Amino acid sequence: MLVPEFGHIAFWLGFGLAVSLAIIPQIGSYAGWRSWMSASIGLAHGVFLFSTIAFVVLLYAFLTDDFSVAYIAKQSNTAMPWYFKASALWGGHEGSLMLWIWVLALWTSLVAALSTNLPLVLRARILAVLGIICVGFFSFTGVTSNPFERTLPNVPADGADLNPLLQDVGLIFHPPLLYVGYVGFAVAFAFAVAALQGGRLDAAWARWTRPWTTAAWAFLTLGIALGSWWAYYELGWGGWWFWDPVENASLMPWLVGTALVHSLAVTEKRGNFRAWTVLLAISAFCLSLLGTFLVRSGILTSVHSFASDPERGRFILYFLAIVIGGSLSLYAVRAGQLKAMGTPHWFSREGFLLSNNLLLVVSATMILLGTLYPLIIDALGMGRVSVGPPYFNALFVPMAVVMFVFMGIGPLAPWSRPDSGWIWRQMRFVLGISLVVGVAVSWAWGGALPFWTVAGIACAIWLAAGSLIDLYHKTRGNRPIARLQRLGAGYIGMVIAHLGVAVVTFGVAMVSGFVQERDVRMALGDSHTLDVYEFRMTSLDVVNGPNWVADQATIEIFKGEDRVATVTPQKRKYTVSGQIMTEAGIHNRWDGDLFVAMGEPLEGAWGIRLRIKPFINFLWLGSILMALGGAVALFDPRYRTRFARQTQPSGAAGAVHG
Amino acid sequence: MGKWIYALPVALALGLGLLFNKGLSLDPQAMPSALIDQPLPSLVVEQLQGDSSSPRDAVQGPALINVWATWCISCVVEHPFLVTLSEQVPIYGLNYKDSDAKAAQWLLEKGDPYVLNWADRSGDLGLEFGVTGAPETYLVSATGQIVFRHQGVIDQRVWDQKFAPYFPEVSL
Repeated sequence: MLVPEFGHIAFWLGFGLAVSLAIIPQIGSYAGWRSWMSASIGLAHGVFLFSTIAFVVLLYAFLTDDFSVAYIAKQSNTAMPWYFKASALWGGHEGSLMLWIWVLALWTSLVAALSTNLPLVLRARILAVLGIICVGFFSFTGVTSNPFERTLPNVPADGADLNPLLQDVGLIFHPPLLYVGYVGFAVAFAFAVAALQGGRLDAAWARWTRPWTTAAWAFLTLGIALGSWWAYYELGWGGWWFWDPVENASLMPWLVGTALVHSLAVTEKRGNFRAWTVLLAISAFCLSLLGTFLVRSGILTSVHSFASDPERGRFILYFLAIVIGGSLSLYAVRAGQLKAMGTPHWFSREGFLLSNNLLLVVSATMILLGTLYPLIIDALGMGRVSVGPPYFNALFVPMAVVMFVFMGIGPLAPWSRPDSGWIWRQMRFVLGISLVVGVAVSWAWGGALPFWTVAGIACAIWLAAGSLIDLYHKTRGNRPIARLQRLGAGYIGMVIAHLGVAVVTFGVAMVSGFVQERDVRMALGDSHTLDVYEFRMTSLDVVNGPNWVADQATIEIFKGEDRVATVTPQKRKYTVSGQIMTEAGIHNRWDGDLFVAMGEPLEGAWGIRLRIKPFINFLWLGSILMALGGAVALFDPRYRTRFARQTQPSGAAGAVHG
Repeated sequence: MGKWIYALPVALALGLGLLFNKGLSLDPQAMPSALIDQPLPSLVVEQLQGDSSSPRDAVQGPALINVWATWCISCVVEHPFLVTLSEQVPIYGLNYKDSDAKAAQWLLEKGDPYVLNWADRSGDLGLEFGVTGAPETYLVSATGQIVFRHQGVIDQRVWDQKFAPYFPEVSL
């Protein structure tokens, strides 16, 4: 009964340290007091220590069913298995903020530990900016949504159970990965603001920022992909992307973060695009915050908005005003002083990177407009509208195609100067081949030639071929392995990530073009045919789970005489909350899924949804490749050796990594 | 232009901030119904129990009109609350685009909180009300006029915030 109070105390101690972290090093950096600046390191670790204690105590209270904590009584239930009790911690509003704080403190502590080679002033300011963000989230959580609030003295005997939609393995991992990504952009943000304060923004700054940004980007990629996968098999509609406001809220920082990863490369290698890179670093994190605001304030209606409250919204809005308004004002004052290098030729490497940057930012802006349009119309008193997938698809898909065309040839182009002849010689065959393959695959698989599907397949081939041809040219000759090593992990990571994009593109093109759907009425013993598959319902049972009862259909899938698979879709009723959930039965194959979900009960039968989803696995596979590419790039020794050389002229660390 | 271009992002952010500030005071749930402050529709519709009547003649306010259907999952969620509520507040049902047999089965299994139910099989009566989906709940005044409508599940919190002020004598 007493234990949660320790967590609550640790929470507020963490808040106190965060306030010190936001103020003391910042003053020290202007006054030139080294001890005040150095305090940032200890304070950063302190914030992490106390938020960890608070987090672990809350976790312990969840695992021990301490319903004297109001949040646990609302979220958990004794009948849930332990792993759902643990993940229920971040299943609701208060706890997800606690997770956010803990992840932010973790990043802050990592920056403090790994930035030993940065100039002290810069380091102090970076940590102080992260401190301000910590203060914002600690106070928001503590004041409007405290997870440690008690139900004393009337402690309920059992909890209200977690929303069954969230009782799933997807929920255990999806929010933490997404938050690690979101919050990771706070590091790039802090680097940008600190650099603007000091006016120092050069190649070294870009090199320090890059690994943090890449890491955040890789986590966000995985988080979004996992969320999409979860929606696919848990919502039971067989869709994987709904252009829901909450999905858009995670896609916008991803798009801008992707632009940032590339823009940082130009700033590091060529010293160009500085003002632009800083703006992207600020925007990526601001969009992450905006996402939180949209989800948590209930300002937009969405299938995801499980917690909404105008009071909370107002609090986040003021916090946003301080963070976004403050950083962008600083940008307005200081960005003009950053040296610009002139506009690059559009057919050079910089030119392609800039074009793709613009396309990424424009698509993020389109999504922002589409997401906010209903709100704008409402605020102007012009009625209510909703913007659906047709808007987003119509704008996003053509832009993505143009982006892929540039992406295929970008890595081949030399820095600074145009060399269209070389690129044409390399890619003219690829152009022909990708178009032919696009038409051939589309025709062979679906017997039709939908324009965007052909374009998508062609883009995937073009992109993959462009990356591989560049890799070939850079490694051919004697000792290709040594050449590959000399290219560095950064380059290899890029190739892997670009191949990942090609794989995702292929998957999206195929599944969007050739999905087969049929909703049928099936009673015991009935069978229906879709494409070459015959679906037979062989059994209808009632199954008991730990906290649910389900109607379960057993459906055997035949292809001709051979049985391909047996799937068992369920319609679950969660006993405490009475909510109904659909568990799809999915048979996974490399070239697509056979998807069966139970719809509504009909008299003596069930409405059954049958789907064939060609190459849907490529979406998850490609996303994993993209994140893997980011992870590989992190191991580029350049990031570490140069750090090391600054403090260790003897090159001890350099010898290890070089 | 020149250096002013760097102030563009902060200007855009300011605009967005003002929009959000306004947006927070709007309720995305509240769809304006054409019938607010209007008398109830006079369309005569068959009831589940067999008789026919129109909402204008049948409803004695203050009362609620609840739009529901057996195909509506959220209606399952709000049903127990309606059953409790019906002990103190008259609730009229509008069974929206549903089959009579399923609706009767539902009321038998889960309890019947309704004074009566209109069987709006085709959705005509729903059209008169401006129904956009189920569940929806309309508050009807003592003089038989629609005061407002609530979209989505009605539960204790919604009741306390939106409905309770109109029913001072009801305690839940």
